[in-house]
Amino acid sequence: MINSRFFNRSELLGFLALAVLLFLILPLSLDIFRLNLVAKYLTYAFVGIGLVLCWGYGGILSLGQGVFFGLGGYCMAMYLKLEASSVANTKIQSTPGIPDFMDWNQLTSLPFFWKPFHSFPITLLAILLVPAFFALIIGAAMFKRRVGGVYFAIITQAIAAILTILIVGQQGYTGGINGITDLRTLHGWDIRTDHAKFILYFVEVVLLFGCIVAAQFIRLTKLGRILVAMREQEDRVRFSGYSVANFKIFAFCAAAVFAAIGGAMFTLEVGFMSPSFVGIVPSIEMVIYTAVGGRMSIFGAVWGALLVNFAKTSLSESFPQLWLFGLGALFIAVVLAFANGLSGIWADHVQPRIDRLLASRKSKSAAGMIADGAPAE
Amino acid sequence: MFGDYSISDLGAILAMQGFAGLILFSVYVLMALGLAIIFGQMGVINMAHGEFMILGAYVTWMTSNAVQHTAPWLFPGYFFIAMILAFIASGALGMLVEWALIRHLYKRPLDTLLATWGLSLILQQAYRSIFGAREVGVELPEWMMGSWQATDAIQIPINGMFVMGLTILITIVVFYILFWSSWGKQVRAVVQNRVMAGAVGINTEKVDRYTFGLGCGIAGIAGSAFTMIGSTGPTAGQLYIVDTFLVVVFGGAASLFGTIASAFSISQTQSTLEFFLSGSMAKVITLLTIVAILMVRPQGLFALKVRK
Repeated sequence: MINSRFFNRSELLGFLALAVLLFLILPLSLDIFRLNLVAKYLTYAFVGIGLVLCWGYGGILSLGQGVFFGLGGYCMAMYLKLEASSVANTKIQSTPGIPDFMDWNQLTSLPFFWKPFHSFPITLLAILLVPAFFALIIGAAMFKRRVGGVYFAIITQAIAAILTILIVGQQGYTGGINGITDLRTLHGWDIRTDHAKFILYFVEVVLLFGCIVAAQFIRLTKLGRILVAMREQEDRVRFSGYSVANFKIFAFCAAAVFAAIGGAMFTLEVGFMSPSFVGIVPSIEMVIYTAVGGRMSIFGAVWGALLVNFAKTSLSESFPQLWLFGLGALFIAVVLAFANGLSGIWADHVQPRIDRLLASRKSKSAAGMIADGAPAE
Repeated sequence: MFGDYSISDLGAILAMQGFAGLILFSVYVLMALGLAIIFGQMGVINMAHGEFMILGAYVTWMTSNAVQHTAPWLFPGYFFIAMILAFIASGALGMLVEWALIRHLYKRPLDTLLATWGLSLILQQAYRSIFGAREVGVELPEWMMGSWQATDAIQIPINGMFVMGLTILITIVVFYILFWSSWGKQVRAVVQNRVMAGAVGINTEKVDRYTFGLGCGIAGIAGSAFTMIGSTGPTAGQLYIVDTFLVVVFGGAASLFGTIASAFSISQTQSTLEFFLSGSMAKVITLLTIVAILMVRPQGLFALKVRK
């Protein structure tokens, strides 16, 4: 059944509920510290939306989304770091004008790949294009040779491991295990103040809704249908004359770009970027947020990122011992019992009850109207 | 990077690093053998495989402590006891996990990945709660320390040779079990066609459980061997899981022989490069080479089909 409307009724409700929560309820009820935490959680929602497209719809499980999250984050961090390391700020270094960690590692000039990040427009382009290009190479190499499923998952995981080891090992060029820290201004605007954090939150939420609409658009076009068809019966789609590899590459690149936007926002919100958001563990956690929220639901991914992270923060604050047990049990429960996550529970158990309630009320009031109306006639 | 060394120096370095790589090779082979059975034969992605290995390492550590305190005369041979106990402990846990978790997921291989990742988190935290977050090390008996002087320039550590011999032995046993015993035929029959295997009277559930248990048990033995090269901590298993998966995939998932060949080439490349470069760069180059080769030859070295 083809639905010509952009959102159906329940999706529209989900969209509005999320908009009210993120634009009104949270900013009005939380202090700036907590709001900043929510902003941090939401950066994972970008990754989640990408994963819904590429994993839920396309059936391509990538365990390397941290790579793209990190690439986006590092691109942004490099720009901010260069701005923070102006000659005036770093005149006590032996080489002024380069980031402090380079100076500590006896570098005397800026490496060539840092130079483009002096420019803000190039940085913004790089945040989108570098991860997309990277995803294109990986995707083209893998999907053209029809590598999929489990093998793709393991190789993307290996790539996440490689990038982490590389970043940690090349301390002079990347800041090493500590990452790129001490970021101050964005294009001359101080990002550390409460006011800036408040504005950044809204920028992020607007971007998030932009991504939701974009993902919904992809999902509803013919492209989205081909993705689903591919997931279910890849060979039939291929025999029908579609280039399966190209569609997979597109989905993977789109997921990479979403993740990169999340990563760039993460750098802005949190004020640093480090390899601990790139490797295998964060990459798998990102998949888990999506699985908990529901791999088939764009809104589910956002809710999953919010709720799991919220639970993580509050549980690990009060019961650090129990947290990993809880998280592990949650994964197992989601996989064993609720394959479609929270959105699946909602669609299977909550939504029908609401519908029934509404329907019974409607029929009651309709009956009442007839009863009321009858004597008057 | 080769400029400062003469040819004979290089030869000695290669030989020494080669033998240094042997223990790494042995741990890779033992871990990868278990994983090749579970992943290659059963199609289950067991992300908790590293934690099964660490269980074996902790069992070895406990055995060494217990033997030292209660029966010091047994100490020279405690390693054999520890290894058997490690096999039993990891294997039993593996069978329990198969019963509680894995058997519901055979039709959804990607979901086994998520569920076993959850399991690995639980096990890590359990180790941390029981054994503490600090890393523990095992004391080696005297006959395992020291090294054998092969030539002037070449020294071979004895524990390396011991682990190597052990690995060969276990590999032979695994090959025998899988390819010559009737139980191995049942395993392969179940893997190839579960429904038909059930129809001809094979108890597929039982075969699955014991196969998974065997894979985990071998991981436990790998953990025993692992205590010789590193200290054991709650998260040490996670460091090896990706390498091990790469070993299995690189060798060709369904081929045990490929697994051994790829474990050998990966561990030797890494330990040789480590002499000339920093450890992290050696690892990056090794992993990148594997990924690049896998992109050109996705079926791995020795397998016939992985294409979907």
